[in-house]
Amino acid sequence: MTEAQHLQAILRLGDDALVLGQRLSEWCGHGPILEEDIALTNVALDLIGQARNLYTLAGNLEDQGRDEDALAFFRTDREFQNHLLVEQPNGHFGDTVVRQMFYDAFALERYAFLTRQTVDPDLAGIAAKAVKELQYHWGHSSQWVIRLGDGTEESRTKVQESVDALWGYTGEMFMADDVDVACAEAGLLPDLEGVQRAWTARVAECLSQATLSQPEVGWMQRGGKQGIHSEHLSFMLAEMQVLPRTYPNASW
Amino acid sequence: MTDADRITRAWTFVRSVHDPELPYLTVEEMGMVRGVRVDEGQIVVTLTPTYSGCPATDVISEDVTSAVRAVEPGARVEVVLSPAWTTDWILPSAHEKMREHGIAPPEQASADRAFLTGEGKIIPCPRCGSRDTKMVSAFGSTACKAHFTCTSCLEPFEHFKCI
Repeated sequence: MTEAQHLQAILRLGDDALVLGQRLSEWCGHGPILEEDIALTNVALDLIGQARNLYTLAGNLEDQGRDEDALAFFRTDREFQNHLLVEQPNGHFGDTVVRQMFYDAFALERYAFLTRQTVDPDLAGIAAKAVKELQYHWGHSSQWVIRLGDGTEESRTKVQESVDALWGYTGEMFMADDVDVACAEAGLLPDLEGVQRAWTARVAECLSQATLSQPEVGWMQRGGKQGIHSEHLSFMLAEMQVLPRTYPNASW
Repeated sequence: MTDADRITRAWTFVRSVHDPELPYLTVEEMGMVRGVRVDEGQIVVTLTPTYSGCPATDVISEDVTSAVRAVEPGARVEVVLSPAWTTDWILPSAHEKMREHGIAPPEQASADRAFLTGEGKIIPCPRCGSRDTKMVSAFGSTACKAHFTCTSCLEPFEHFKCI
């Protein structure tokens, strides 16, 4: 594992957290009920907090004077290396909770490993905090999937459509590239085959309780980790970055 | 003045800082102050945030810095993430104060697995003491609280989540 790969691994973790956190924050004021509005934005807050910690760590490691804000606001879409799943639009509430459930199941496995690895103790510290938050997120998203799936005919139909539509974005999480392989060999990141087994078991259990059917494994979308994104990310970043790019160094 | 005396004095100022979200509790009672030491001649206060994204963390750091700087102009705050904060660090004195303010205090974090497995957890109502309560949402007005309702006295209340 080179230093550049180590840095890239941390940036990818940060990008997933930031992009999903920003997406969820779009629900602010639009939640289906007040409690859900609060819940979704609470989850967003945790994720953005995780991203801040990870970007600060990445900035220190890079040692080029870039802080969390520079990494969040002054990189272009091609420089973001988040998974395609997390940038997908919120859609309806069912789409949002299914996307969240798929991510939470993945993040729980990944962060549980990060707390145990000893290659980067700072990363282990961030993960120890994050993993406690992710357990709450998983509890929330998986229970909603079960409630909607095992709910009314309409909620079941809609959430099954969400599962089918988002399924093709899940495979990318387990496709290891050079960075994943090198970091896994060095003991910084988990082996993705193991993560996939755990994820598949966890998700299958949730879908089964929700009386939903699991789509056939087919073609999986890929590219996010290499900076090749769906168009949705660019629009999201444009909105997120416009203020600091228009008024650099603006402060409250 | 010895370093030990300076640390003792700095602690008295650290103790005066309250949590902006729970103003009846000090940050010490919240278990966020992990230590006060002297580093290269300057007082350093170590803080651990409760949640990664808790917006109160920045305010608390500033409040602690300015409180201690009243006597130690070079004092600074160091934020440490590891070991991760847990509700087990909240001082016992804080639990009673939470109840007085209508918040059900956390239990032992290690015992808080019921929510995560989808089972209902029994949180007694801080107003009437009834155990006949239900969780409305695991996410409340701040990152650290869940929203409950008492089915006996019908009052909504908040529960400090265990992490």
